[in-house]
Amino acid sequence: MTDAVTVTPGAENAATVRADEAAGLNPVAAVVMTLADVAVAFDGRTAVRDVTFDVHAGEVTSLIGPSGSGKTTLLRALNRMHDTVRTAAVTGTVRLGDLDVYAPSTDPTLLRSRVGMVFQRPNPFPTMSIYENAVAGLKFNGIRKKALLDEAAESALVAAALWDSVKDRMSAHASTLSGGEQQRLCIARALAVEPEVLLMDEPTSALDPIATKRIEELVVELKDRVTIIIVTHNMQQAMRVSDRCAFLLMGEDKAGELIEYGPTAQLFSEPTDPRTLDYVNGRFG
Amino acid sequence: MRRPGRFRLPDSGYRAVLAVAAAVLAALAVWFLIAIVVQAKPAFSTLGFSWIFGRVWDPSHGKYGLLPFILGTLEVTAVAVVLAVPIGLGTALALAYLVPRRIRSSLSTTVELLAAVPSVVYGLWGLVVLAPVFRDTVEPFLTSVLGWTGLFDGPSQGVGLLLAGVILFVMILPTMVAISRDVLAVVPNEQVEGAMALGATRWQVLYKVVVPGARTGLLGAFTLATGRALGETVAVALVIGNSPYIAHSIKSPAATIPSLIVNNFGESTGTELAVLFAAGLVLLVIGIAVNSVARWLVWSTAGSSAGATSR
Ligand SMILES: Nc1ncnc2c1ncn2[C@@H]1O[C@H](COP(=O)(O)OP(=O)(O)OP(=O)(O)O)[C@@H](O)[C@H]1O
Ligand SMILES: [Mg+2]
Repeated sequence: MTDAVTVTPGAENAATVRADEAAGLNPVAAVVMTLADVAVAFDGRTAVRDVTFDVHAGEVTSLIGPSGSGKTTLLRALNRMHDTVRTAAVTGTVRLGDLDVYAPSTDPTLLRSRVGMVFQRPNPFPTMSIYENAVAGLKFNGIRKKALLDEAAESALVAAALWDSVKDRMSAHASTLSGGEQQRLCIARALAVEPEVLLMDEPTSALDPIATKRIEELVVELKDRVTIIIVTHNMQQAMRVSDRCAFLLMGEDKAGELIEYGPTAQLFSEPTDPRTLDYVNGRFG
Repeated sequence: MRRPGRFRLPDSGYRAVLAVAAAVLAALAVWFLIAIVVQAKPAFSTLGFSWIFGRVWDPSHGKYGLLPFILGTLEVTAVAVVLAVPIGLGTALALAYLVPRRIRSSLSTTVELLAAVPSVVYGLWGLVVLAPVFRDTVEPFLTSVLGWTGLFDGPSQGVGLLLAGVILFVMILPTMVAISRDVLAVVPNEQVEGAMALGATRWQVLYKVVVPGARTGLLGAFTLATGRALGETVAVALVIGNSPYIAHSIKSPAATIPSLIVNNFGESTGTELAVLFAAGLVLLVIGIAVNSVARWLVWSTAGSSAGATSR
């Protein structure tokens, strides 16, 4: 079962190049992140395994799959958020450019300033103002100069399409914003640190349709600025925002595994694995 | 199995029971206050109010200056709180976030046991064990290091403000730690992860997110601990030296309002007895004032973030 994974790492494979071109993607786009045989276990129980794919620069990669298939678990492995969970063990290789993410010499705090994260529920810091939220990451990273912070805050808030509605109340508490605005503040907060990769875990699942639409538009706009990996339950959303898509599914033993990975358009229209076809046609999950 | 509804009071019954309970509590508080005021009244009618800030306590000559005891109370409490806030907060942070789970619960239990030790035991321990150590080692050392501040002038005697403050610190530490640990632990994990995901170090997460997120509860811990320190009687009376003079150094013997009351209550009659009751009222006012300041601090810093914490 697990050996049948139809993964073709690297763009050098002729079939992949054709698929990429057919999907309108740049087949030689630089690879930002590489996942090779990534698996995560909690207390010895595997939650997700056999994940191998490349994340391409300037693209949006979506992770889809039914509840419990390990999407969140996989995403959190990419910026070492499992470090604080004692029972978690990550195996395999994750690379960010030349950096081996799980090498003992890798500083997880530095890594996380290069790989940002936006959570399912908006989580601005409630004790901080909008401005302080926007620059919190920069302050964590030791930047103190007011001019630099001001500039970064404005740039990040503009990028997150929040600047116009908050520029006159930067010292208001973040909790005075609506849910959608709070999520955009969280995106701005992550962008301010200028990460190379931004991980988003179902960033719209706590939002209404209008706020969701604005975040989706934002994700597409942000592609030039940062490579995005987004978890979503919503297949329309995956189609709307992502260039490539990875489909995870629980195996017999309830451990999630990568079933198929490829250009989103192709994965939804002519998947190579019958289980993908079933899933995108809504037959299970 | 008890049949549902068998012993159920009707809603109006609950309301009546609660109303009676509330009324009894309120009546007790009022009665308590009236009793003290009645007992204290002769002090104010014969002496006026100026004695409260008088500097000389000499009942045999009709001098009832309370200032040395007010200052003593505040100073001892200050020593205890200055030690308890950083140490208590540090311990609580360690218990909530840093110490491995395995030893966490035994450490927590130890801290809570400290709270169960009767205060007279702390007092005796301070008098018999700590006082000689303070006299011979701690105070001379502090004097040699911090003597330039002028706080440590005069002879090292063991008993005095410093020792009483330290004993009080040990006594309020469990309160400080237990409450702080609980309010720190309920700061939502999503806040912690939000900071981590921005590249915050563990220390930054605690200092910039967890502690500010818990500040309302932390001020509550501070208020309770301070209240206990202000009112503690027996332990302080045993180790403070009970001197009715304004202390000129942190090593001086002094007295607090509670220690004044407990040491003199037995032999007092007439005006002196009334003065002791009045001193109790002054202590009550100090306690309320400290409480109000803490509340005001909470209110002025928490203000508009209340909506977010309830999210
Ligand atoms: N901290 C943890 N400790 C133990 N097991 C965990 C932990 N986190 C996740 N798991 C397990 O890992 C598996 C995958 O969970 P995960 O949250 O990654 O799924 P998901 O695909 O994100 O699901 P959903 O779509 O519902 O968010 C589940 O079986 C879950 O119980
Ligand atoms: Mg999830």
